[in-house]
Amino acid sequence: MAVTANPDSPLLEIEDLRMQYRTEQGPVNAVDGVNLEIRRNEALVVLGESGCGKSSLAKVLLRTLPRNAGRPSGQVRLDGRDVLALSEDRFRREVRWVRIALVMQAAMNALNPVVRVGEQVAEPLRIHRGWSRRAAMARAAEAFEEVGIAADFLQRYPHELSGGMRQRAVLAMALVTDPDLVILDEPTSALDVLTQASIMNVLKGIKRDRGTSFVLITHDVATSSELADRVALMYAGQVVEEAPAEAFFTAPAHPYSQMLMASVPRLRQEAAPVPIPGRPPSLQDPPAGCRFAARCPRRFERCADDPAVFHPDERHRVRCWLHDAGGTG
Amino acid sequence: MNTRAQQEPLLVADDLQTHFELRQWGFIRTGTVRAVDGVRFTLDAGEAVAVVGESGCGKSSLARTLLGLNRPTGGDVRFAGQSLAELRGAAMKDYRARVGYVQQDPYGALPPFMDIRRALEEPLIVHGIGPRAERERRIDAALEEVGLTPAAEMRGKFPHQLSGGQQQRVVIARALLLRPKLIIADEPVSMLDASVRVEILDLLHRVQREHDIALIYITHDLSTVRHYAGRVMVMYAGRIVEQAPVDDLLAAPQHPYTEALLSALADPDPANARHMREIPAGEAPSLVTPPPGCRFHPRCPQAMAGVCETRDPPDFHPAPEHRAACWLREPE
Ligand SMILES: Nc1ncnc2c1ncn2[C@@H]1O[C@H](COP(=O)(O)OP(=O)(O)OP(=O)(O)O)[C@@H](O)[C@H]1O
Ligand SMILES: Nc1ncnc2c1ncn2[C@@H]1O[C@H](COP(=O)(O)OP(=O)(O)OP(=O)(O)O)[C@@H](O)[C@H]1O
Ligand code: SF4
Ligand code: SF4
Ligand SMILES: [Mg+2]
Ligand SMILES: [Mg+2]
Repeated sequence: MAVTANPDSPLLEIEDLRMQYRTEQGPVNAVDGVNLEIRRNEALVVLGESGCGKSSLAKVLLRTLPRNAGRPSGQVRLDGRDVLALSEDRFRREVRWVRIALVMQAAMNALNPVVRVGEQVAEPLRIHRGWSRRAAMARAAEAFEEVGIAADFLQRYPHELSGGMRQRAVLAMALVTDPDLVILDEPTSALDVLTQASIMNVLKGIKRDRGTSFVLITHDVATSSELADRVALMYAGQVVEEAPAEAFFTAPAHPYSQMLMASVPRLRQEAAPVPIPGRPPSLQDPPAGCRFAARCPRRFERCADDPAVFHPDERHRVRCWLHDAGGTG
Repeated sequence: MNTRAQQEPLLVADDLQTHFELRQWGFIRTGTVRAVDGVRFTLDAGEAVAVVGESGCGKSSLARTLLGLNRPTGGDVRFAGQSLAELRGAAMKDYRARVGYVQQDPYGALPPFMDIRRALEEPLIVHGIGPRAERERRIDAALEEVGLTPAAEMRGKFPHQLSGGQQQRVVIARALLLRPKLIIADEPVSMLDASVRVEILDLLHRVQREHDIALIYITHDLSTVRHYAGRVMVMYAGRIVEQAPVDDLLAAPQHPYTEALLSALADPDPANARHMREIPAGEAPSLVTPPPGCRFHPRCPQAMAGVCETRDPPDFHPAPEHRAACWLREPE
């Protein structure tokens, strides 16, 4: 499937991606200049508070936007080719489900109640690949096994499955076409600790066995560390830090990342979690300069200007003036 | 303070049972949900305990039974020495005033058509608190206390004008108005964004300490108990399978289910991505047809054939203040 020889070449590159929703109160800048890179067999976690634009980013990538969304700008390159520029028809034939699959937020509650789950899981193969029913069902049975559900559950209706099983079923649906990249929007946030952990195990197994790449969207920092090779933290429509998991979880660079890490309740730590005071700004009319400035304890004069993106390390980017080491951008 | 140990506990749950009849077409009995099935614990005045357990294990049913909203089908709840079963009319109303309730869904907790002032005044009127100036004073004090300021401005708002976190603050303010001895907070933060959870838990913790209120904090998230409760009770399939002071439970869990919860639970760490977690297979059992013997036995990695699936484990006391319902802890 790989077009390029170099395994380190990015699978997906997102460059200056922007998208606004049109509303009666004016445009909402939900995705506002996002740059990201995902390599083969790499898991990128996208973290951020509610409303910062995580789901919007996923919807732009898969073109599942609502009607009031404006036309996205920027580039989304899959193996070097800009797929944002593709016609809808080609995007459907060549990208969506074929190369990139999406498990939408709350997808487990969006299964069709009157169709057996097996049929629903097999559907992408029949629609997007034109497989026969029989072949598609056989593949769906394999996918069920992979996500840890017995094949006889294919015959059940969604209401006959527990929440954890339904979440596994939508995961199986994303996997049947064997995509290179799976985007998961809050796949475990409605589930129990044990179910959550076992779904994270499933994802780890798929990543190891199939070499799949993942974008995992969540606001749960602890769960995100179960899969992350890299972490991108969003704030008010922008990525404020993108770093290897090692750096992000142990020595984050952006003041917001540092405060986020200190706000996580931990089982095995004496120190009490410290909430981050304040609220994110409006996406309708974001403030000039650094968007985090109103909540940042380290704010200084330069923060009145929009911060540039700095590179404290290899594949590590921070949008904060504190990291301007003598003007190297 | 030092007499507390000898005093009657504030709350006692004695072999408490709340079973729900399942009916079809309203009259044919099709089964019984054993939502609370033999729960025993005590709670001292001013103490904070957490109740931890997976979805559907009976946490909310327990909360509602303790609040007098569900009638127990067996056993008893005693509050300050008095059985709830004996409370009628005015006495029950008085009990409700002394126990604050922060319910699971903040978005459904406040009537949408009432502004904050009315939502808060209502319980004061119901409990005969007046005159009006006194009610206003209490409302403002409660709003200040939960950080909804300026109170004068907040009073006129409607729930839809508030964020989830602010709504939950209003709910906490309402729970405080009648100066309760106990607050039962049922998953007070699970519907909120991760970033506001700690703020709300801090708030609950602060008011609980400042007013010496006892707190039952119900959650499925064990990682939050450490800083907000002194003791933890672990619930599984309608029962409390282990209870202990937080530190003892974390350092030396005595029930295999608690061990499983702890090992499934990660703190953020880049190493987490490098290995699989050990998780017991299967899912929580049905409360209509729970497994015989120990309810955890079908999933328990340490289950002992011939024992665990036949005999229901009673509470053992592996350490002072530590109880675990598991045959592994049976004294020799
Ligand atoms: N269809 C829409 N029309 C107008 N605004 C929208 C629409 N969908 C989302 N928004 C707004 O865009 C912003 C980003 O929303 P988005 O759903 O992407 O956030 P999110 O990070 O996924 O949040 P959550 O963690 O709550 O899922 C929010 O301010 C939201 O209110
Ligand atoms: N009024 C009722 N009638 C019948 N069954 C009920 C009733 N209330 C609760 N149940 C059932 O009792 C069981 C326990 O439910 P409960 O809401 O107490 O669990 P929970 O631990 O609070 O779950 P969650 O974490 O999802 O809130 C469930 O099977 C539920 O369907
Ligand atoms: S640019 Fe300034 S305000 Fe923004 S995060 Fe950095 S120090 Fe804080
Ligand atoms: S009683 Fe037996 S089955 Fe139950 S938890 Fe203990 S060892 Fe496991
Ligand atoms: Mg979202
Ligand atoms: Mg509940």
